[in-house]
Amino acid sequence: MQKLANVVIIGGGIIGCAVAYELAVRGVKDIVVLEKRYLSSGATGRCGAGVRQQWGTETNAILARDSVKRFESMNEELEYDRDIEFKQGGYLMVSYTQNEWNQYKKNVAVQHSLGIPTKMVTPLEALEIVPHLNINGLVGATFCQTDGHANPFHVVDAYYKAASRLGVKFETYTSVTGLKKEKGKVSAVQTTKGDIDTPIVINACGYAAGTLCAMAGFELPLYPQRHQALVTEPVEPCQGPMVISLHHRLYCQQTPHGSFIMGVGDPHEPKDFNINSSWEFLEDVARQATTVLPLLKNLRVVRQWSGLYDMSPDANPILDEIPEAKGMWVAAGFSGHGFMVGPQTAVLLAQKILGQESFMPIERFGLDRFRRGELLLEPAVV
Amino acid sequence: MQTSETIICRCEDITLDEIKSLISQGYRTIDEIKRVIRAGMGPCQGRTCRMLIAQELAKAYGIPVGEVLMPTFRAPVKPVKLGTFAGGE
Repeated sequence: MQKLANVVIIGGGIIGCAVAYELAVRGVKDIVVLEKRYLSSGATGRCGAGVRQQWGTETNAILARDSVKRFESMNEELEYDRDIEFKQGGYLMVSYTQNEWNQYKKNVAVQHSLGIPTKMVTPLEALEIVPHLNINGLVGATFCQTDGHANPFHVVDAYYKAASRLGVKFETYTSVTGLKKEKGKVSAVQTTKGDIDTPIVINACGYAAGTLCAMAGFELPLYPQRHQALVTEPVEPCQGPMVISLHHRLYCQQTPHGSFIMGVGDPHEPKDFNINSSWEFLEDVARQATTVLPLLKNLRVVRQWSGLYDMSPDANPILDEIPEAKGMWVAAGFSGHGFMVGPQTAVLLAQKILGQESFMPIERFGLDRFRRGELLLEPAVV
Repeated sequence: MQTSETIICRCEDITLDEIKSLISQGYRTIDEIKRVIRAGMGPCQGRTCRMLIAQELAKAYGIPVGEVLMPTFRAPVKPVKLGTFAGGE
């Protein structure tokens, strides 16, 4: 492995691979990406594969809105030899309580102020969009047609291949064992394959970002939280949008492949690194899914898995330089939606690191907000 | 008996040629191959193709089959209806 790099990126998920590409395409040479297992083996490859712009905070909504534009032309832009399977079947966010509906209305106001074309729909209109939706007790729903699905494995593969063509080196099955600092600046990354001297380190480790920051003597306000998902056998296309019911803690979509991917959040999930799958999840998600979408009871479950959200205190990402180790940037805390905001997050970070004009102020994602108590509390996380 | 058209993953119609091509492009484990081409993601969950791909990787890297990294075995063992899990049947 090489001993010297201009930038070392730690983490081979959507963030790490996309940042590698965005830096390389802006002319940076000698970039190394380190991944402890294989690319997209962490949270990216375990996510629900959804892409939505219907967020309640401007920050999440802008990153998601602009990332959708990137997904739309990603096959061509990255000259991908496969297909990222971007399908804009929309997201239907259904609301079964008045309180939730009031929050949805506030979220839509934020989205409209940013030009995101979300529509408020009545229960009967929602039924036209998803004919097998249970509208019993439904107050209303919000629908954005340009939301949808992309295949996380292929998106990462596309960034990996495009970055490789630009000279980026990917070292998989390589773990970071330590960081070296000189005069408050990061100077080298120690790995199981040797040390790499570098002035810039990008921490894109998702739930392990805190562990890496601890190596630099900094405590990152992140915690891991297991989320489980399942996938069914493929069937003929019958559900255009992702359906989200925050009341049922449920998300459920049909992929272009025909299978349904779904998951439920568990409010009692402890803060730890457990990623074992549980029987309780299967019963829970089956009950919620067949309540909201009764037709699905006949679908067969093929596989279940789990992954970890890297939860930040306000469910908005942290994009900042570590005060204890200048040159070390954190891009973590995506709180379950890093995949869908990954493309433009990577652009923002690359622009900041290179001192270029950025498309939005990265300072909004700074660590300072926690010290000041000015959190960007995101109300729309499943 | 092996030809380029030999099917390795019956659920997803993946041929031996496609597997060999991915290995030659640098995809190093069953997990990586599965994620790019869906081998082992079908209803049988890789019961047939997992070991066949392991053999190809062992050959390509000159290692015993037992040293090829296995993907996680995930529940359920065979497909089960959501309605059954929901307790409705």
